Amino acid sequence: MAVEQDEIERIAELARIRIAAGEMGQVTRRIAQILHLVEQLQAVDTSTVEPMANPLDATGRLRPDAVTEDDCRTAFQAIAPAVENGLYLVPKVID
Amino acid sequence: MQWETVIGLEVHLQLATQSKIFSGSATTFGAAPNTQASAVDLAMPGMLPVLNEKAVRYAVMFGLGIGAEIGMRSVFDRKNYFYPDLPKGYQISQFHDPIVGRGEFEIPLEDGTTRTIGITRAHLEEDAGKSLHEDFHGQTGIDLNRAGTPLLEIVTEPEIRSAAEAVAYLKSLHSLVTYLGISDGNMAQGSMRCDINLSLRPAGTTELGTRTEIKNVNSFRFVEKAIRHEIARQTDILEDGGRIVQETRLYDAERDETRSMRSKEVANDYRYFPEPDLLPVVIDAAYVAGIRAELPELPNARRERFVRQFGLSAYDAMVLSDNRELADYFEAVVDACSDAKMAANWVQVELLGQLNRSETALTDSPVAAADLGGLLQRILDGSISGKIAKQVFEAMWQGEGSADAIIEARSLKQVSDSGALEAMVDEVIAANPAQVEQYLAADGARRKKLLGFFVGQVMKSSRGQANPPLVNQLLAAKLGERNTDR
Amino acid sequence: MHDKTVAELAQGLRDRQFTSVELTRSFLDRIAALDNRYNSFIGVDEAAALSDAQAADQRLAAGDATALTGIPVAHKDIFCTAGMRTSCGSRMLDNFVPPYDATLIRRFRRAGAVLLGKTNMDEFAMGSSNETSYYGAVRNPWNTDLVPGGSSGGSAAAVAALLAPAATGTDTGGSIRQPAAFCGITGLKPTYGRVSRLGMVAFASSLDQAGPMAHSARDCAVLLNTMAGHDSGDATSSEMPVPDYTVTLDQPLRGLRIGLPQEYFGEGLDVATGARIDAALRELEAQGAMVSEVSLPHSHLTIPAYYVIAPAEASTNLARFDGVRYGYRCPDPVDLHDLYTRTREQGFGDEVKRRILVGTYALSAGYYEAYYKKAQQVRRLIKQDFMRCFEQVDVIAGPTTPGPAFALGAKSDDPIAMYLEDVYTLAVNLAGLPGMSVPAGLVDGSPVGLQLIGRHFDEARLLNVAHRFQQATDWHRRRPADVEGAQ
Repeated sequence: MAVEQDEIERIAELARIRIAAGEMGQVTRRIAQILHLVEQLQAVDTSTVEPMANPLDATGRLRPDAVTEDDCRTAFQAIAPAVENGLYLVPKVID
Repeated sequence: MQWETVIGLEVHLQLATQSKIFSGSATTFGAAPNTQASAVDLAMPGMLPVLNEKAVRYAVMFGLGIGAEIGMRSVFDRKNYFYPDLPKGYQISQFHDPIVGRGEFEIPLEDGTTRTIGITRAHLEEDAGKSLHEDFHGQTGIDLNRAGTPLLEIVTEPEIRSAAEAVAYLKSLHSLVTYLGISDGNMAQGSMRCDINLSLRPAGTTELGTRTEIKNVNSFRFVEKAIRHEIARQTDILEDGGRIVQETRLYDAERDETRSMRSKEVANDYRYFPEPDLLPVVIDAAYVAGIRAELPELPNARRERFVRQFGLSAYDAMVLSDNRELADYFEAVVDACSDAKMAANWVQVELLGQLNRSETALTDSPVAAADLGGLLQRILDGSISGKIAKQVFEAMWQGEGSADAIIEARSLKQVSDSGALEAMVDEVIAANPAQVEQYLAADGARRKKLLGFFVGQVMKSSRGQANPPLVNQLLAAKLGERNTDR
Repeated sequence: MHDKTVAELAQGLRDRQFTSVELTRSFLDRIAALDNRYNSFIGVDEAAALSDAQAADQRLAAGDATALTGIPVAHKDIFCTAGMRTSCGSRMLDNFVPPYDATLIRRFRRAGAVLLGKTNMDEFAMGSSNETSYYGAVRNPWNTDLVPGGSSGGSAAAVAALLAPAATGTDTGGSIRQPAAFCGITGLKPTYGRVSRLGMVAFASSLDQAGPMAHSARDCAVLLNTMAGHDSGDATSSEMPVPDYTVTLDQPLRGLRIGLPQEYFGEGLDVATGARIDAALRELEAQGAMVSEVSLPHSHLTIPAYYVIAPAEASTNLARFDGVRYGYRCPDPVDLHDLYTRTREQGFGDEVKRRILVGTYALSAGYYEAYYKKAQQVRRLIKQDFMRCFEQVDVIAGPTTPGPAFALGAKSDDPIAMYLEDVYTLAVNLAGLPGMSVPAGLVDGSPVGLQLIGRHFDEARLLNVAHRFQQATDWHRRRPADVEGAQ
């Protein structure tokens, strides 16, 4: 299946990955190859097959409602790129 | 042209769990930033979500509360988008298979009638953190304490037709969830936030118009104002032959207007897919039956019972059943005094009046229901008059003790002993010869008025404790005696 | 003592032939002296390792030892280790020192094992050659011009080069089995859910599984005894009881039914490798196993299904690496968008970015049904193939890889050729089955592996078959000439 470069640009934007202009052609070609590889899926009829998200078809367990976590802010923020007054800092968010 | 308003509401209800939906962090409001954000909440590498049973239980309680279909197999999905208050880069929500399916919700209106609003679905999801835009050198601060707080998103059909109906729906919903105890319903702290989908269409048509979504409105009053404003805005555009742009808008309470949010959903594509870290939640009939058995009486049932059992008016029943504590209080007063109408009156007028004036919550009321009931008993058994009772209530409010203690201490007990009353009546008659003259000279209507004067004098000299019907009777008799004396 | 198995080392510690400190010191010295050839370790904290060893010696002296007390174990750098960098082979986590241990690490600590170091790996476990690591390629100890396989290539090379007696790995599509085969060691990918994923950096959540890598099936059994078990912090972790995997190792193979999937022996399988596998199967037959042909008719769809599901899950698992709370942040972001896109451009390598893009594509509006949902349906068909086979046979056997290790750089520019390397291993992950690679011989001086696949939670059977095979053969005792020379 042919995939156009502008589509890869859209996908890269969704994934928040910058791709340098000079690399876009190469990236698009590689991804097109992979999509071509997975294209074989279309050949099989799966109309009656239930999708399988978990290999064991298991169901979930629930945990009791209990507070088990202590405040570890100091440890967590020691490895953060930018913090102030206990907050994580990012460039200004405009709504 | 006449326009019909079409409104659908999405309420994000914060569930009153101790810990978060997918982690063991506390959900306490107002903690210092990021002190309630665990490794799971911060999306540290390798961290995994584990679902809180209480959140599931609360969602099922809600579903049963509106008679909805319960999703016996519900599935969590990832909703993918980037935002700094969303640490994983996806929100865990339920997209295809929610835990609560279609239901119906009957809401009482002020005029005593009811209206039924269709509930499309309700699903569990996690809340995001908060972005703080105060200036940190031109940067935004992120507090993830709220990230992972359990939410139940409750979605209505587009069946609401006015701001008043929207508010009535929200009030009923608030009443229901606080009855159920699944949310603290604290709107100021964001426990109930509302997204409003609103469109207009020519009256009498059925096709839906283009809608706008007003995000995150967090009080009844703002919902009402935002809707009124948005109806006016859309009407103006349509009347001028314009078109509504489908967009997300923000209600600005300070300026009382809605405005377009600089769209963060440019080409949004959430890429929902089943969350592989959580397995489908499968509940069985026994689990649901166990929850059903423990459901409290819900507001609608209680309101109807108040009318049926106590003979209250639809309006009184609505006011008194609206809030579980108030309804419990009212019923406890009835239990203590066995006069529902008097209890309804006193709770609504005196109690709610005092609570409002002093900005006190019912749970902090200095007068307990049993004590108020005790006071009303004293009116009913003739120990005190309604007027004295108000004084006693005032004293009870000030913490002076029970009704009986106050009546005793202040010697407020009504004088019903005819000997004592006769003496007082004689004294008043003797002290007011001119009025007696007038009385004797007067005809029926005027006599009645003058009799009132004498009653007032007796009450005054008894400091209000004289039993008024008895005083009336005695006065009429005594003055009548005089008449014959002549 | 570096050429001993875990079982032998444990005996030596108990018999006071050497202390854990001495043992640990000797491995640390070998790593320091020899690992520049292989680049198998990317994190070694000698002081911490020796302190673990001291504590272990005290436990040994107190008579409170487990089968792993005092044994140095290397861990793939995908498992979070409190206070010790966990990079996942990525620049994105080059500065990431977790404040917590993965459950797996915690279990090894509790058993008294020594944390010898963190091993190199393909970036975020995405690769089959260990060439995508931010810390450089790992070299195969059998021939340093060859790849060790991936993504747990550092662990495989470390064990093969006798720099660690045992190691842990993770396997999302063959990442334990393929490098085990290429490096001539024994590796087991347990049933999905058998070993906790908590604290293990996620690649593809519904496929990832941690497992042991060691010289022998017995050692794998010893390690798995410590690793396996329910974890209330991982909702996908199984509550199935964990047997003692060592007690059934010696069971005779008489009557064991082994199925050979015809699809695993056809075109694409290197002839010499096929011959080694045939020879291995004859050995199992000699011990009384009955071999028959079976079919996995949807095998040709394994690679397409895997290369939709794994990238799709990865694309969202890796969304958390955004430069906000930990890890790499690009310098001087001008705005939020710039922070995200440049952090992720610079923090991730090419293969990781490629898979994120493919996965994002497969999940995006308009393609979800055709790609992701379709792949999940095919996944069920693939699992059903296995379930049908297991009605007739107890174990499925075949080659782990199409051939022996290939040369460094041979496929690094060709993702498709690289993906085809995993043709025999991916299905096991899609079906959630346990799978194992056992040294089965040499092809031109390079090891190849026999793959054994079992029913869900039937690890004990795989270990039993592998152990019996190793009792009768010595392929697992062969050492690279290079390594022997270095002793």
